[in-house]
This record gives sequence, structure tokens and C-alpha cells, in this order.
Amino acid sequence: MTTDADGVAIRARGLTRRFGKLVAVDHVDLEVPARRVYGFLGPNGSGKSTTIRMLCGLLTPSEGEIEVLGLRIPAQADELRPHIGYMTQKFSLFEDLSVRENLEFLAAIQGVPKAKTKARIDELIGQYHFGDRQKQLAGTMSGGQKQRLALACAVIHEPELLFLDEPTSAVDPESRRDFWEKLFELADIGTTLLVSTHLMDEAERCHRLAILDRGALVADGTPHELTAQLEGRTFIVETDNPRAAQRVLVDVPGVLGVAQVGNTLRVLTDADGATPDMDEALAAAGQKAGLAAAPPNLEDVFVAATRKGDGGEERAA
Amino acid sequence: MNWRRLWAIVIKELRQMRRDRVTLAMIVGIPVIQLVLFGYAINTNLRGLDTGIVDQANTAGSRALVMDMLATGVVAPVARADTPQELMAMIRQGRISIGIVVPPDFERRRIDGRELAQVLVDGSDTAVQGAAAQLAQAPIDSAQPDMRAPLTSTPPGGRISVVSFYNPQRRSAVNIVPGLIGVILTMTMVLFTAIAIVRERERGNMELLIATPLTSSELMVGKVLPYVAIGLVQTSVVLALGMWLFDVPIRGSVLDVYLASGLLILANLTLGLLISTRAQSQFQAMQMMIFVFLPSILLSGFMFPFAGMPKLVQWIAEVLPLTHFLRLIRGVMLRGAGLWEMWIDVLALAVFTLVMMALAILRFRKRLD
Repeated sequence: MTTDADGVAIRARGLTRRFGKLVAVDHVDLEVPARRVYGFLGPNGSGKSTTIRMLCGLLTPSEGEIEVLGLRIPAQADELRPHIGYMTQKFSLFEDLSVRENLEFLAAIQGVPKAKTKARIDELIGQYHFGDRQKQLAGTMSGGQKQRLALACAVIHEPELLFLDEPTSAVDPESRRDFWEKLFELADIGTTLLVSTHLMDEAERCHRLAILDRGALVADGTPHELTAQLEGRTFIVETDNPRAAQRVLVDVPGVLGVAQVGNTLRVLTDADGATPDMDEALAAAGQKAGLAAAPPNLEDVFVAATRKGDGGEERAA
Repeated sequence: MNWRRLWAIVIKELRQMRRDRVTLAMIVGIPVIQLVLFGYAINTNLRGLDTGIVDQANTAGSRALVMDMLATGVVAPVARADTPQELMAMIRQGRISIGIVVPPDFERRRIDGRELAQVLVDGSDTAVQGAAAQLAQAPIDSAQPDMRAPLTSTPPGGRISVVSFYNPQRRSAVNIVPGLIGVILTMTMVLFTAIAIVRERERGNMELLIATPLTSSELMVGKVLPYVAIGLVQTSVVLALGMWLFDVPIRGSVLDVYLASGLLILANLTLGLLISTRAQSQFQAMQMMIFVFLPSILLSGFMFPFAGMPKLVQWIAEVLPLTHFLRLIRGVMLRGAGLWEMWIDVLALAVFTLVMMALAILRFRKRLD
């Protein structure tokens, strides 16, 4: 049970899932490298959870092939289960069990050898800072603590592959930083992690990233590769009246997105660029505005990737 | 079947139950409340019914007849009236349940061997009707020795005295308590497991569980086992209270009582599990439980005699675990029978359990779709 020679933990071809008429995941091809943190970035409803559920064998794909850790899914899902950890989007541990009881339960279910169970639980309680909360009921803890406990439970059997479905969407920034520290520690000891998120700052931390939009995979690469493609296409507009300037710029051909950031506007154009047109349009509307190039970020990547299909129509990015 | 995983489920269930106060209260509260309610309130052997009396003859003989009727204890005089019409009005107003009318020509009737008196009954309550029927028989028996002429036209039914076996004092509690074990177990056991799987699905635990190596049968059996113990505790509560409050006898072996209860517990728990794999929400599981519970109460023979039901209804009743349990438990506790003398009901419960468990395991998919 290992990843194949070229170090790929998950491979999917043409992965599709329909719920009635709705196509939740539409012909997605994936290659997730082993021992890395791989991110799924996409808005709510883009098919992240459905994809993860299919990859760990909880949902049967309507079409497509999946190979996880060299096993064909869903046919060999039972053989895969001891090797994966899965942290669900919604807190799924038992709220009426204590921290230690939850860990004990998962240790038994995941088949941690009996002789090692106590040591493993003590180790996790230390690593995840639950020393003084072992007897606290899981339901009474804060969002950040719950996520930490969920992660501890998901890794209790030291899985090779860990699926995390929006693990930190309900967690404050500081807890989130701690949480990501833990994820990188896990990658360091050889775990492959697949993390879904709709938060750009989280996506930036991933070694590699796939962007999903309405069920389709629209971009894929390292964060650096993805942003490099947009070099020269992002601008900051300084103006007295950002709302009015935004209305003007949206209609300029070649402009993919305009987002207000405080008193400035962030503009993304298509590959041809549209600088002279933008200057003209602003002048024609009587707007005093300064246009300056800005380094692209993942949000721009996301807007550029999801805007390809729908003709520059304005959407909140 | 991995024993460690199975045991982990059992321990988890017990720990959760310990923290669930409503469930804890249900375990002991339902048996106690039901036993007291059924044992004291539901008394089919009525005594002290409010009665009005009209004695238009007012002879020594008619007074003796009325006294004889009062002596049965079934009736308690609360009103006297001059005409039967007044009694009928009182019945309509609900002031009395029974009226006794002795006509002016009582003495002539006695000699002619005609009806001596009339008993007016509030027929809106069937239990009262039954009590009045008893009453109508009693005085004829006792009034007879006083009569000079033999009563040639007395219907033979009037002379038949009823002898009740197994419950000579006709105490309802003796009949009800053994059946009540079954009713309480049907109610609580089906309920516990009916929500067992749905609850985990609603709380999101199920998505975690099915992503682990846990198998369907480990989960199902692990969910059932802790409640077997709970069911036996409930059985003990009902038995102990039944003996202490109502002097209910156990004429057969105590082991047989527990074996029969164990069979019913398993049948109900597995039925609950099957419901749980079907239901989409805890509320829906409760609704489905009612569909099982009502026929169980009404058709099993607990409330109405099984023999009096139409054939079709009897067939339906044969599918219900409670029907078979009632036969077993009444046999063991009241008639002193051995469980194996009624092997066919033992078999029925065992088969029911196996079928339900198999269906539940088959229906439970380790998939979200």
C-alpha cells in the first residue's frame, strides 16, 4: 500500500457526479502528489466536498476512474479505509463524549494496537494541547478546539493520506495558523494532505492547488505558477469615487473583474490587457484616477479562472 | 466481526446514555409510571358504581332484593327516585351510571316467575355494561331461597355461577402486569434503536464512522447490545413493582420470564434498527414507531381478547412480537408453564429478530448515496 513510483497519491480521470439533473462534479482530472499539502479552492457549491467524498469512497461517482494509494475506488474502498483519515466539514465527533473518550473510541475503531493506544492518545493530547481538557465534553469546546480535536482523531492511526474538508472555515485567524502548523508537521512526516477551502490565504499556503468552479476544475498548479500566469494583468486604481469608477471600468472590454479594496479598486484584465481603454473610459466619465500595475494574487487567479466562461459579467469575487 | 470495534461501540453508547438525562429518566420512569397507571387506574373489575334506586313496590321482598344487589359491592347508592323516568334523566346527566327499578307489581311477578326488576345501564361505557350484566345475575340467585313457589321460568344462565381460574378475585393487575412488561419493552426498546442510527446521521457522526474500517454488522450489533441490558433492567423494575404493589405471582420459573423478555427485547431492538436505517430524521423515526406501537397495543391481546378478532386481524397480530410475548409471559407467570411448552412462540420471536437484523444490516450502506 504505497503511492506509485512517481509519487502520486491520488489520480482521477473524468470524475463526474450527478445528483438528479444537477452536475455537482463535472469531468475532473486530478493528480495529487504524495507527502504534500494539496489544496482545493472554490466557492461554496463548487463540488469540493462531493469530490472529496468520492475520493475517499463515501460516494459512488457517476462516471470516471479513481485510484487512491494504488487502490481502485470505490471497488476497493474497504481496503483503503485503514490508510486514510477524514475530517468532515461539519464537526462529526461525539459532542457528548469527552476529549479522551473520543480519542479512545477512534483508536479502537481505527485499530490502533491495544498496547500502544494509551501512549498514542497521551502523545496526541500533548501535541494538540488538550492536557488540561481531557475530561471536557467535546460539545462544550470552542470552534478552534473542536477542529484541533477532530484533526487529532483523524490522525490517531497515522494515516498515509488525510482528507480535510474546509477544516478551518469557522475558526479565528490565530487558531487557523496553529492548525496549519500541524498540517505542515504532518506533511513533514510523510502524510499526503488534501485540504479544501474557500479562503485565499489558506490556499496560498498549499504546496499545490486546484481551483474548482461549478463542478469543473478550472486551474491547477503551485500558487506561484498560478499567479505568474497573470503577470501584467492586475492593476490598482486610486480614485476619489471608487463606486463610480467601478461602474465605468466594468464595461470596458477586456476587464474581467473589478473589486473594491478600501479606497482603491483592484482590476483584473484578460491576456490582451486593456490599460489604454481603461484610462480613456475613466477620463470620458470625468473620473480622476491613477492606474498602477500590481502583483497578482490568488484571488486574481480565482477570478481569472472562473470568469473565462461567462463573458466578464460582474460577480463578487 | 472485530470484537474490539464492537466493544468500542457498546462502550460509546453506554457513555452517551449516561449523559443523556431524558433517556436515563425513560429507562426507569416509563416502567414505573405505566405500571402504576395501568395497575391502579385500568381496573376492568368495576366496584362502587354510582347508582340510583326506584323501589315502587316497597315490600319486604323488594327491599331484600335491593339489599342483595347492594351487597355485591358493584353498586353504591347515591340517589333515590320515585319514577324510572327520573332515573333515566339522571343517567343522561351523568349523575349515576346504573339505575335499579323495582316495579309496583314486584310480588306478583315473583309468583308468576317474570322479571323481578330492571337494571338501567349507562351503555356509553362498555365496562359499566359488563358490570351490570354481573349484577343482573347475582340477585336472582340470592333471592330464590326466599320464594315460596319455585321459579319455573328462570333462565338457566341465571343459575350458573362464574368461576375464574388463575385470577379468582378477578384482579386486573394480575392480568395486566405480565402484559405490561411487553408493552413497556415494545415502547422503549423500539424507540431507543429507532433513533440510534438516525441521530448519528443527523449529528454528522455517521460520515465519520463510515469513513473508518467499522463494518455494518459491528455497528448494528454494537448498537443493540447495550439496550439488551437496559431492557432487562426494565423487566426487573416491572416485576419487582408488580409483586410489591399488586401481588402478581410468578408461577413458572424466573429464568423463563427473563428469557422470554430477552427474546422480546431483541425482536424490538432489531425492529427499531430497521426503522432507523429507513428514517430520514429522528422525528420520522418516531412516527414510524407509532405505526408499530399502536397495533401492538390494540391487536396483541393486551387490551382486547385475541380470540375475538377477525381472522385477518389475527394474521396481522401474528407478525407483531408482542402477541407472541404475551402468550409466553402469561403462560410462564400465571399458568406456570415452561417456555419450551410454547416453543412455537419462542421460535416466532427468534425468527423475527434474525430477519429484522439481517434486513437492517443489508439496508445500511457504508456510502452516503
